[in-house]
Amino acid sequence: MNSLISATNINVIKSGKAILKDVSIKINKNDFITIIGPNGAGKSMLLKCIMGFYKPNSGVIKSKINLKLGYMPQNLDIIKTIPIMAKKFITLKKKFDKISLKKVILETQIEHILDKQLSVLSSGEMQRVLLARSLLNNPELLILDEPAQNLDVSGQMLFYKLLQEIYSKRGLSILMVSHDLHLVMISTKQVICLSNHICCCGKPQQITNDPEFLSMFGNDMAQIMAVYQHANKEN
Amino acid sequence: MEKIITDPFIIRGIIAGIAVALVSGLVGCFVVWRRLSYYGESIAHSSLLGAGIGIIIGVGVNFGVVFVCLCFGILFLWLQQSKSLSSDTLLGVIAHFALAIGIIVISFNKIKIDLHAFLFGDILTVSQSDIWGMYIGVIIAVTLILSNWSSLVLVTLDEDLAKSEGINPLYVNVLLTTIMTIVVALSLQIIGLLLITAMLIIPAATSRRLVNSPEAMVVVATLIGIFSVIFGIYLSVKMDLPSGPSIVVVSSTLFFLSHFFSLLAKKE
Repeated sequence: MNSLISATNINVIKSGKAILKDVSIKINKNDFITIIGPNGAGKSMLLKCIMGFYKPNSGVIKSKINLKLGYMPQNLDIIKTIPIMAKKFITLKKKFDKISLKKVILETQIEHILDKQLSVLSSGEMQRVLLARSLLNNPELLILDEPAQNLDVSGQMLFYKLLQEIYSKRGLSILMVSHDLHLVMISTKQVICLSNHICCCGKPQQITNDPEFLSMFGNDMAQIMAVYQHANKEN
Repeated sequence: MEKIITDPFIIRGIIAGIAVALVSGLVGCFVVWRRLSYYGESIAHSSLLGAGIGIIIGVGVNFGVVFVCLCFGILFLWLQQSKSLSSDTLLGVIAHFALAIGIIVISFNKIKIDLHAFLFGDILTVSQSDIWGMYIGVIIAVTLILSNWSSLVLVTLDEDLAKSEGINPLYVNVLLTTIMTIVVALSLQIIGLLLITAMLIIPAATSRRLVNSPEAMVVVATLIGIFSVIFGIYLSVKMDLPSGPSIVVVSSTLFFLSHFFSLLAKKE
């Protein structure tokens, strides 16, 4: 079976409001799925259900037995008050061998910041440290929740480029929530447009012509994306 | 002076104080990291009610304190999940409610309790059997924390990240609450309920500037705690002061000194 996780007809109702309505999603080997959608669309909730943090009101979630999952949060809850070095954080409560650690450090280019305190890292460095930790146990599926939200534009581009490299080298699957669709266009294979229910999904090129996508993000977004697609083809 | 310090009462007080420092340094770091000082304060406030109930039922002060503090600790934990009012407001309501009933309960005629000793600590009340009880508490608390150390640190850093790696934050939070309750029960005789949070926060906060790993912070906080207890009790005996405030004054002095010197070091 190729499927790593499949969620079928997920419904989440919180204080009388439907957060997720009949959402189904399937993540296969080597997939790169990006979830987009407005604030409050239930994107993070969907990730929580898929990772088993939250039990949906109805629906079935099946995952491959012993699926190795890596999760990269947007940022840490607490970094200022606790003195902890990047290296210590990456390996905290992880089972790993030295070779994987070395590999991860090289991949995410964090060798020079390993001995720094988390509290002094820049946002870009912090994201790479979080990514390194999520990769340490060689996950089959990497789940990222708005990984580049705290970065500036050039930082975002660097981060997505790094992600693309890791995706193609490791051959893992990626499920990501991101607003930066124009930047992830090149890598992502499938886009799911979520607004409490799945509005549309498909290849990035397809969904920009979808009427539901246009009504949600407007023509401007579609045009921006068209420009990026164009540039990409020329490259 | 030498004579006073070697008095068995004082020796017992110091041994008991070291027991307090051994756990409060460890737990205090988590209180500082997770910004739980008000939570600790709230648990401490409910200890008076625990003492009163313990005496009325006849199970003893310590058992009453542990039981009531644990109940309130779990109640606070549950309240913190609430979104309609901020958790510090809810903690403020419940903690002072607990304190108020506590004062009413111990003001019943048949309970003979030294309120002053409860509020500020009195090392002269420590008996040999108290010390045994305290060190049993220390062993339980330290074992629980050390055997769950990396889970506790990871949940502290990020609950979702911990969840994604199979750790249940609720279990960790209940564990921490249980241990905080043990610390409150231990500290009551030595520090007094008004100042228990100081014993948790001040050594840990002092240590924060001096270290670069969570483990080192715990060790340094514990050492600062032990020094404060010994020197504080020495001062309290020598100058006839209540023990709790003397210990807190010593540790706060260390805090301000470390703050001052780290500022100086930065300028240079």
